[in-house]
Amino acid sequence: MSDNTHEHGDPIAEIKKVTIILSALTIVELILGFWMIGITSEGMRLAVKGTIVILMLAKAFYIVAYFMHLKHELKNLIMTIVVPLALFIWFITAFLSDGNSFRNLRNTYDPHFKAQSTIKVEAKEGHHGEEGTKEAAPAKAAETEKK
Amino acid sequence: MSNVTTASTKEAKWWNGGKSPFDVEYGKVMMWYFLMSDAFTFGAFLIAYGTVRFSTNGWPNPNEVFKSYPFAGEGTNAPLVFVSIMTFILIISSVTMVLAVHAGKMMDKKGVVRNMIFTILGGIAFLSCQAWEWNHLHHEGAWWGMNPFINADGTASTTNFTNFFFTITGFHGFHVFSGVVINIIMLIMTLLNKFEQRGHYLMIEKAGLYWHFVDLVWVFVFTCFYLL
Repeated sequence: MSDNTHEHGDPIAEIKKVTIILSALTIVELILGFWMIGITSEGMRLAVKGTIVILMLAKAFYIVAYFMHLKHELKNLIMTIVVPLALFIWFITAFLSDGNSFRNLRNTYDPHFKAQSTIKVEAKEGHHGEEGTKEAAPAKAAETEKK
Repeated sequence: MSNVTTASTKEAKWWNGGKSPFDVEYGKVMMWYFLMSDAFTFGAFLIAYGTVRFSTNGWPNPNEVFKSYPFAGEGTNAPLVFVSIMTFILIISSVTMVLAVHAGKMMDKKGVVRNMIFTILGGIAFLSCQAWEWNHLHHEGAWWGMNPFINADGTASTTNFTNFFFTITGFHGFHVFSGVVINIIMLIMTLLNKFEQRGHYLMIEKAGLYWHFVDLVWVFVFTCFYLL
């Protein structure tokens, strides 16, 4: 079979190695996630989130390259998959900055939006299958506004 | 002999016709293209979620929302515990899938059957976890158009959070479900000696690609909803 021409090393050893790497990356992600619960500094939270995203991309690389075997395919095939996915770089940058800009614009020019997002509401206790919870939150917000 | 093979691979003219320029069979190339299109679908979902989240001042705290696990009492506060179990189930089932693909390459029918069974069980376990979580959240009053959770900063939240959560995890869960169905079909075909008769287990490799993609998407969904 053609597969034998690009066989490489011991596949079982490689699978074991990648399994350990993926588990380790997941555990580090979870540790960071737990650690982040206690962090209140906005800048620090952003840094931890950035680290988590980098670890996420590393995991994605290991799954695609080794489990999906893409690393051992011909360069032609790798390029036909990876190059179109580069669109995501533009996709993410454009849309997230658009969302961010929309928030800034609304905070500047829409006093109602700004006011709505500063009113504190009470956390509902033991919310079990409450009907019409959708209406409950704005109603409470309006209530506090009146006070 | 090795001399000849290295020479032929080095100087191979992949685009001169007479051979596949990708050196894989047609079905596998098409599976890759399908997965690429699926990646764009999931990417669009997640980017829409990110955009809406960036355009909103407050957002519910995932550690408040996802803090329970099955058979836990009312006041449990165990963020990330249940979802880490789900994540590991999916990673392990991905590993058994690789082992099944490897066994297929070795024409080892027993190995394929054993690892496919493990993969299917992993998929079913993941789906059960997700069913429990959806059910639990629904009991707390969360659903499409209903959001009982307030924002992390104590302000009133919108239904964007639950809408995106249920749509995206639902779409992923549907992929897991189709993956389990495909894997069961592959297991039955293996047991019926279909692949032995064909002389190759390439179908297992294609099912494997799909299954790994499901795991790959979960890496992103898990990070975007539970960690960030």
